[in-house]
Amino acid sequence: MARKILLEHAHIAGIETFDTYRKNGGYEALEKAIKTMTPEAVVEEAKKSGVRGRGGAGFPMGMKWGFLAKPEGVPRYLVCNADESEPGTFKDHYLMKTIPHLLIEGMIISSFALGANKSFIYVRGELMYVIQILEKAIAEAKAKGFLGKNILGSGYDLELVVHPGGGAYICGEETALLESLEGKRGNPRNKPPFPAVKGLYQSPTVVNNVESIANMVWIINNGGEAYASIGIGRSTGTKLISASGHIRKPGVYEIELGLSVDEFMNSDEYCGGIREGHHLKALVAGGSSVPIIPARLVYKTANGEDRLMSYESLSDGGFATGTMLGSGGFIVFDETACIVRNTWNFSRFYHHESCGQCSPCREGTGWMEKVLHRLEHGHGHMRDIDLLVDVAKKIEGNTICPLGDAAAWPVASAIRHFRDEFEWHVTHPAEATKPGAVYMGEAVLI
Amino acid sequence: MEDIKPQLFKITFDGIEVEVEPGTTIMQAARRIAEADASQGHLVPPAMCYYKPLEGSGGKCRACLVRVAQGSAKDTRPMPKLVPSCITQVQDGMVVENVTNPAVLEERKAIVEFLLLNHPLDCPICDQAGECHLQDFAYEHGSSNQRYEEERRTFEKHDIGPYIQLHMTRCILCYRCVYTADQITEKRVHGVLGRGDAAEISTYIEKAIDNDFSGNVIDVCPVGALTDKTYRFKNRVWFSKPVDAHRDCDKCSGHVTLWYRGEEVIRVTARKNEWGEVQEFICNTCRFEKKKTSDWVIEGPTKVVRSSVVSANKYRADTVKKPDFALRLANSQYKPIDDSRPFITDDETIRQLSIENNKKANERSLAENSNN
Ligand SMILES: Cc1cc2nc3c(=O)[nH]c(=O)nc-3n(C[C@H](O)[C@H](O)[C@H](O)COP(=O)(O)O)c2cc1C
Ligand code: SF4
Ligand code: SF4
Repeated sequence: MARKILLEHAHIAGIETFDTYRKNGGYEALEKAIKTMTPEAVVEEAKKSGVRGRGGAGFPMGMKWGFLAKPEGVPRYLVCNADESEPGTFKDHYLMKTIPHLLIEGMIISSFALGANKSFIYVRGELMYVIQILEKAIAEAKAKGFLGKNILGSGYDLELVVHPGGGAYICGEETALLESLEGKRGNPRNKPPFPAVKGLYQSPTVVNNVESIANMVWIINNGGEAYASIGIGRSTGTKLISASGHIRKPGVYEIELGLSVDEFMNSDEYCGGIREGHHLKALVAGGSSVPIIPARLVYKTANGEDRLMSYESLSDGGFATGTMLGSGGFIVFDETACIVRNTWNFSRFYHHESCGQCSPCREGTGWMEKVLHRLEHGHGHMRDIDLLVDVAKKIEGNTICPLGDAAAWPVASAIRHFRDEFEWHVTHPAEATKPGAVYMGEAVLI
Repeated sequence: MEDIKPQLFKITFDGIEVEVEPGTTIMQAARRIAEADASQGHLVPPAMCYYKPLEGSGGKCRACLVRVAQGSAKDTRPMPKLVPSCITQVQDGMVVENVTNPAVLEERKAIVEFLLLNHPLDCPICDQAGECHLQDFAYEHGSSNQRYEEERRTFEKHDIGPYIQLHMTRCILCYRCVYTADQITEKRVHGVLGRGDAAEISTYIEKAIDNDFSGNVIDVCPVGALTDKTYRFKNRVWFSKPVDAHRDCDKCSGHVTLWYRGEEVIRVTARKNEWGEVQEFICNTCRFEKKKTSDWVIEGPTKVVRSSVVSANKYRADTVKKPDFALRLANSQYKPIDDSRPFITDDETIRQLSIENNKKANERSLAENSNN
């Protein structure tokens, strides 16, 4: 069995209650931090651990905390990004509903480290039951003196607010999230200034993902160095992966970073292999926004090295032959999947979710979707394929927030690796539109 | 006393060196170059959403993207992506590439294409023709072919109050009108609804915009989406004559431009600077209700740029040179049309001919489609 850090106690009945959580070692990290450590020492442990943000971009968490501005007399905020909007990603909500106190404890430790006296958990509005679970856990922690005024007699105060979002993907982007939290339309802000300087209510703010914050509990209990010894290279610790698609055992798994993709995909402990009688066609490794890779690049990198579940290995070769670990949304496609249809489907999502501030994203996402719709429905031209590549290129890197990139990458990578399938849709319009008909190009199947 | 000069930042913009105060944006530095030497006007990056008098504007439309080839003298690395020049502040030693970088021009062409996907190309009938920033932007940076073949979005026209008409079909979602309403009116009732390309400028349940400064949204709109109902389609801008004037007003400065057709004032707007931005916002009374010359103290003709369409027909005949070469070329290529067909006047023959012509046209387009 692989080592578990976040889900170690997840199987214990009643772990969502304060008493059971406490009996199993809960809130010991908080006691340790608040009673024996300075905020700076907590930040230092985060730095030592090498933990990288689990929300998608993978930015080192300790370094991000180090950037937080500390002007006199201005409040600081910690905001937990529990919006979890990336299609294919469903790990945070599993963590929150299973062990809510782990996040609460992580929030208190992190807020203490950053000197925040009011912190927010921004949860996707549809997840009302998770919001209720969190609120109950907060009330319990408060009643026991672990939250609120003068926590454990230390003189440190923290108010923790759970804020339901309206359910827009763009509100997962950190600056749009802050706008939304301030009660405004969830439009991303121009950067700079970054939230570390001017964030929530123009005050210094750290935005972190649920999983990133929950990791702090183990890091404080065991030390940053112990955490850094797990994993591989600059991908330290464990990662929650939400696996879905054509595999035998979809679900949320905690893996040690550095596990091979082969083992994750095929061992019975994790995905259990591709579903009976089928074979792998393609993989989206880190949520719908990362580039899709064909079967031949899934287990091995272009250099012939084993592909590992780590930030570096998955992105090996850049976008030509690699992808990204992203938020850990592992979506597997077997040969029954139509790549064009899937690309259209992803594109439909980004078109729908673009906030509409920047012209390339507002207009380009809709354009790509409409062209893909035509291709998938047998009304495409050969020139459309190059058009899509060109439009994707004109969006990528030229927008305010990375949603533009997120919309461009799936389209550009699908055409890069599965161009013959797009061409087949143009040359066989009648077949392409038959239900269940998919292109079986030999080149893509392994 | 010691003369303390503020420290200036030296930047290189398209090979031209300028010194500007810290805090200046790349766009403002470019404007500084053009203000010093009008022949460099073409270097100034285009702005569709940026509007200096409006706080928070800029960064959205991406029309003004430039490449920073060197971040500063201290950090000589280039910036990894193109940056919006309207909101990016200069650093000492920064090197900026604008029209000298093909990638910048390529992306500008793309932005024109994106903006024109859902903006009708109906300049000949649009009220904004001749004053439209998008028209200028497309003329200067766009390409002549369009690759978009899908359906465009269209909307019904909205009357938002007695003075303003909104035609969302033409809106490019620059947010300028929203910032204007936010910043200079007391009660904002309009904003953006919806997301992405389904977003629209709208009022609170078709409410009228009826505060004293609402008319300014017409001036800031870079395209013909918000128009002045008292002036719409009364004239083309190049047939009217702008004159600076003022009056004593208890609500605003009263400094305006009057637009004359003959002896008649057909429109009143705020005065704009050379970048098309209003200098002072004006109130609705001055804009909509004072349309007699006797309401105003006339200062004199408004200065307009010679190349602007507003300047058309405004020069004395003897100061305008005829395009000699073009006339000679046209003369040498002139061929009289030989149409010796008989004139047809009876209804029945015309009807028959039109049916035949339609049939031929249909066949032609069917043949073209089957070739594709
Ligand atoms: C369009 C968009 C949506 C995003 N959605 C999420 C999300 O749902 N959850 C999340 O944690 N991060 C999301 N992110 C990333 C956040 O902007 C931010 O990087 C992250 O919350 C930082 O936390 P971390 O450093 O702990 O990863 C999104 C980014 C973009 C551009
Ligand atoms: S990239 Fe898209 S989602 Fe992000 S700010 Fe621009 S329009 Fe909005
Ligand atoms: S109506 Fe005009 S000013 Fe308002 S957002 Fe649209 S284009 Fe901009």
